[in-house]
Amino acid sequence: MKQVMNGDFAASYGAMSALVKYVAAYPITPQTLVVEKLSELVADGEMDAVFSKVESEHSAMAACIGAEAAGIRTFTATSSQGLLLMCEVLHWAARGRLPIVLANVNRAVAPGWSIWADAQDSISQRDTGWMQVYAEDNQEVYDSIIMAYKIAESPDVLLPMMINLDAFFLSHTSEVVDLIDKKDIEKFLPPYEPKFKLNPSEPHAFNALTSPDHYFELTYKMHLAMEKAKKRITEVGVEFEKMFGRRYGLTESYRIEDADTVLVTFGTIAGTAKETVDLLRKEGKKVGNLKIRVFRPFPQEEVCEALKNAKKVIVVDRDYSYGFEGAFFTEVKSALYNKGVMKPLYGMMAGIGGRDVSTGTLKEIVAKAEGEDPKNPYFIGVKL
Amino acid sequence: MIEIRLHGRGGQGAVKAAEILAKAAFYDGKVVQSFPFFGVERRGAPVQAFTRISDEKIRIHSYIYEPDVLVVLDPTLIGAEGVNILEGLRSGGKVIVNSTKEPSAFDFHGKNGVTVYTVDATAIAVKNKLGSESAPIVNTAIVGAIAKVTGLVTIDSVKKAIFDTIPRNKEANAVAAEDTFKNVK
Repeated sequence: MKQVMNGDFAASYGAMSALVKYVAAYPITPQTLVVEKLSELVADGEMDAVFSKVESEHSAMAACIGAEAAGIRTFTATSSQGLLLMCEVLHWAARGRLPIVLANVNRAVAPGWSIWADAQDSISQRDTGWMQVYAEDNQEVYDSIIMAYKIAESPDVLLPMMINLDAFFLSHTSEVVDLIDKKDIEKFLPPYEPKFKLNPSEPHAFNALTSPDHYFELTYKMHLAMEKAKKRITEVGVEFEKMFGRRYGLTESYRIEDADTVLVTFGTIAGTAKETVDLLRKEGKKVGNLKIRVFRPFPQEEVCEALKNAKKVIVVDRDYSYGFEGAFFTEVKSALYNKGVMKPLYGMMAGIGGRDVSTGTLKEIVAKAEGEDPKNPYFIGVKL
Repeated sequence: MIEIRLHGRGGQGAVKAAEILAKAAFYDGKVVQSFPFFGVERRGAPVQAFTRISDEKIRIHSYIYEPDVLVVLDPTLIGAEGVNILEGLRSGGKVIVNSTKEPSAFDFHGKNGVTVYTVDATAIAVKNKLGSESAPIVNTAIVGAIAKVTGLVTIDSVKKAIFDTIPRNKEANAVAAEDTFKNVK
């Protein structure tokens, strides 16, 4: 059933549709509406789950870890400083191999105090062992949360997944979202039945002291699980498309077959980039867009395949690894090098701290890369 | 794709007006998007809200810089310091102003193909007891005028969107929208 709703509500309905049984969350702008909506859905009896009010994001994730370890499907949502406060337990969830799903509203990190869109929060949690998806619109937020459980709970994956949505550009933007009927969800998403769980009648010990003799192998197994996850994300995407008609993969190519210049984008900027590609094509410029939907595991094979014919590649980052460059730029370069693909690459910083990225901004970015070589990374539109 | 930018002051309900307009267009079978200017809102401060209406998927996620339609909930914003209401308005654009004046009273009426329409949404909101007399909430009323002037949405869908969005006094809000629909000049 189609409804007009904002991104926070799309995330909330995603959790409800995915038959989540436990939510622990702490409100933070611009994620607050998720907490409000989920507590309302649970209180009204529309959602058959327990909602725990907690005193911090660290506690929210800790509570989710407890419930998930007991074999319950859990969900939480946060943003910015809240995600950073979770950092310790994010590692715990991942290395504990607990397939928790978290919606993170991408918001800038303070100071300067900011509530606006920026991926610094999730990018700085890159190495926590969480899978990371970046959604382009509210439908993708909703669909991604449903798919996330099927992927994360796969016995050969068992890793948590973070679904990221841009602050305000999705969280507070109302769009049409097609909600899936419960009976169809039940056909798509089986109940969560972990092989091992906390159970008083069948006691196990979890996460004990691990000597160097074993820790190394635990890390190696997470590497294998991440590799497997790439396959599962693709398979689940295909299955989802068959049932519900919407297609999602690790990446999404738009008009790249004959493109001389390819923009590499993520989040809402990817949608605006597709619009920009059409505008530039009308001007006779052969431009395409590669949307990176999944950042971890990083889809290096798909990225290299998509970029193989491009003469120039421009990576747009709404995040920054201080002292180097944008994180997506680093990953794209590294993936191409791993596969022996060499070509001119430009790292463009845009949209930081919620600065609007319009079709005009993206046209400026393409023009900059077509002109004399800009210094990498190039901060587009800096006002000093 | 039609792009509509709404200008108001914090407390008048510009953001809800954009949302009601989007929902109404959705009920009429369109693809829609609506969002506020992401500022820190204060009562009385200038605010903006945006609505996109299209027959196809809306991919763009940025502010509206070249609107087809402008809606002004508070006429004191016209010419106010630091606010350029008309910025980016497309030639042939439509401007709907909540005002007691005639459209010809605005000097940009008829220039560059721009047409001004006026309606006293404030009086209509007061008559229907929406908000207080000193701070009437004109958002639902103005959407009726948008429906009439642009033909983008039907008044029935506007009323349905009001019933689905406004938590109380639904009937009075719907009556106000119908009133501006009939009386916009």
